[in-house]
Amino acid sequence: MVWYKIMELFKTDTIYNFMAKRLPFLGLSGLLVIAALTLLLTKGLNFGIDFAGGTIVQVKYEQKAPIKQIRSILNAKAEYKNSTITEFGTPEEVIIRITGSSADLATDIGDTVSALLKPTGKFEVRRVDMVGPKVGGELREKGLMALGLSLLVILIYVSFRFEWRFAVASIFALVHDVTIALGMISLFGVDVNLDILAAILTILGYSLNDTIIVFDRIREGVQKSHKSVLEEVVNESVSRTLSRTTLTSLTTFFVVITLFIFGGEIIHGFAFTMLVGVVVGTYSSIFVAASFLVQLKFSVADFRVKEAEKLKRQKEKDKMRAMYEQGTV
Amino acid sequence: MKILNYRLVIFILSIIFGVVFAMPSFLQTETGKKISLGLDLQGGLHMLLGVQTDEAVTSKIKTLATSIKYFAEDEEILIEDLSFKDDIINFVVLDSDEVSKVDAMLAEIQGLDIQVSEDLTYNITLQPAQIALTKDLAVAQAVETIRNRLDQFGLAEPTVIRQGAEDIVVELPGIKTAADEKAARELISKPAHLELMEVDEDRADQVFTMSVSQAAEYGDIILEKSDGSGEKFLVKEIPILNGSQITDAQVAFDQANQPIINFVLNSSGAKIFGDFTARSVGKRLAVVLDGKVYSAPNINERIGGGRGQISGGFTVVEAGNVAIALRSGALPASVKMLEKRSVGPSLGADSIQASMLALILGFVLVIIFMVLYYGLAGVIANIALVTNIFILIAVMAMFGATLTLPGMAGIVLTVGMAVDANVIINERVRELLRAGMSIPKAIEDGYSNAMRAILDANITTLLVAVILYVYGTGPIKGFAVTISIGILASMLTAILGTHGIYDALLPKINKSKNLRKWFGIK
Repeated sequence: MVWYKIMELFKTDTIYNFMAKRLPFLGLSGLLVIAALTLLLTKGLNFGIDFAGGTIVQVKYEQKAPIKQIRSILNAKAEYKNSTITEFGTPEEVIIRITGSSADLATDIGDTVSALLKPTGKFEVRRVDMVGPKVGGELREKGLMALGLSLLVILIYVSFRFEWRFAVASIFALVHDVTIALGMISLFGVDVNLDILAAILTILGYSLNDTIIVFDRIREGVQKSHKSVLEEVVNESVSRTLSRTTLTSLTTFFVVITLFIFGGEIIHGFAFTMLVGVVVGTYSSIFVAASFLVQLKFSVADFRVKEAEKLKRQKEKDKMRAMYEQGTV
Repeated sequence: MKILNYRLVIFILSIIFGVVFAMPSFLQTETGKKISLGLDLQGGLHMLLGVQTDEAVTSKIKTLATSIKYFAEDEEILIEDLSFKDDIINFVVLDSDEVSKVDAMLAEIQGLDIQVSEDLTYNITLQPAQIALTKDLAVAQAVETIRNRLDQFGLAEPTVIRQGAEDIVVELPGIKTAADEKAARELISKPAHLELMEVDEDRADQVFTMSVSQAAEYGDIILEKSDGSGEKFLVKEIPILNGSQITDAQVAFDQANQPIINFVLNSSGAKIFGDFTARSVGKRLAVVLDGKVYSAPNINERIGGGRGQISGGFTVVEAGNVAIALRSGALPASVKMLEKRSVGPSLGADSIQASMLALILGFVLVIIFMVLYYGLAGVIANIALVTNIFILIAVMAMFGATLTLPGMAGIVLTVGMAVDANVIINERVRELLRAGMSIPKAIEDGYSNAMRAILDANITTLLVAVILYVYGTGPIKGFAVTISIGILASMLTAILGTHGIYDALLPKINKSKNLRKWFGIK
């Protein structure tokens, strides 16, 4: 049968010379990051109400939504002059974004807007979200804290489990992924709300997953392989994990793409960010993270010496313990 | 032959656990703990309210002034210029012989900073600790009051919880229409601050010409009538009584069949009210609710028994709400809306449908892929994956977690990532088999080689999830919880569980030696 051939997409005995091409890879990544940063600085992010504060009203009409009419009615009112009206998923549904918010419980922007829109036809107000300026500021602060803290914790953990160069290289790869994802978010004008932050943090965890699997192989290779040129060890390790990285990315890609296509409009931004993140994260853990490690001049020989010392110390400790236990028994 | 190994036993136990505790959620049975749907999936209203705690401090000072006034009148102590401004009470005791009585009375009240100047001017403020306590109590009381009001309003399962120092989260899953929502918001926001105040009859005729500051010189304030007629009343700033002494309030109808609210005062309130009306025959009493005068009847005689009524053009619904609000107590301070999310039930239904479809489709794709790529090893991985979902649902149900849209996304992601462990293990095992290792040894070494990478990867993801939980709010917390439980469950199912299955099947695999059937390789 044909699919038996598909079952072994990757032969683990093929070793690709990734590191010979590491400068072009790093160059491409550099270009992408610069492009993303330029977008972020010029076009910027389109902050949604979670972070910027404001009100959104989601309205579903029984017929095609009369966007022009809605716009002219709302723009005639001073307090809704800056509101934007966009189609949401289907032509019947629109999202109205209003920059203001009302702190008074008794008066509600959703009620006022729906009263104003009475003449535009039959509709149903399906969602009213209001975020006051205080909460928006708090969420922004907490979001940045979460992002910064995640990076810090990862740095510490990876330094502890591997070596500082591994940690720095993985953080580089993560910043690379997050920057490019944010660049895409900016490019496509996705509303940045809490769900996007969650997606970014998930990408962080996901990409780190991939990078760690590769690094784990490199660590193993450094300890066991007969080769002592870092580039060769890295090539071997990246090639060996290539099948796993691609397969896992594929399965994750499957679910994220179904979420993107079938998950509905509300989850679109989240799924989009994840989609970008899965692709960029996979690319970076194969091509970028290990290249960084090589650029950082990680020394195989030094690492072996250190590991040997660690092993020796452990053995001595065990010996001491054994002696101690014998002595007391 | 040893089929039951410890790994398999643990795995089977976890399957039983998962199936038993996930069933109520899957079948939506009447009994048993099950996952409830979040507001974004079932529709409803979520609000974050901020309590204006400064107002509570001011109102405490005002109540204090009221009791000083009552005490002085009751004991016939002559005091002058009793006023409060910027949370400071001032008054002058005219007779130095009575200073000791005043001091004794003030000494009984805790938490005051009292300064007395040589001309017997008293200057009273609250101690900082007392202010902090007052604010804290105000928020606690606001939570209690809002909960009481919503309970009496008859909504299903309202949640009212305090968040942080000054905020309150209110969740109302039962709200289905805009009108319901409006009614609930109004009920919550109504301060229901009832005050019985004395009309300043000496200057009542000057009310239309007097400015606010002129009124303040006489210790008076100007209040408007509730019906919007523009009628104004000059009343003493320090009230005789406030709503805290109400024990009951009910809607009734007057002779003209207009709804009114009858209220009953507690015993100390009744005494104060009786004493005051006895002293003030011929004057008017203003019934003030939330800063508006509802009525100002003449006092014809002493009113005993502590009963009173509020009339003034209510609709039946309004009267009902005011009665609920009075019964459940006044809000100690007004609340402001900091955040609001309301989702209509139809949108929630759409969201469930869409994310369920995505979930099932993604799940099926992954399962098919695993079997195609790994053969029976893929089937074993799939058993682990399905168990993982069951355990995830079961644990969430046990903790009474709610399933939100981001939580759904979390489950979808868990599906994608939970197979990762099995992919890593299978790739390792294949690698060793290709190198010519025997099957039992390849499985043993494959697992131990894969272990380190899986642990490191899972721990880092878990760390990020914990941070997300700590710094996230509402739905994001749900997402963090889902992926955390998913990761932990995957350790049990994908690592321990599948290993147990291999151990049990090892004799069979060894006998067949068909690597293509079992592991998908030649």
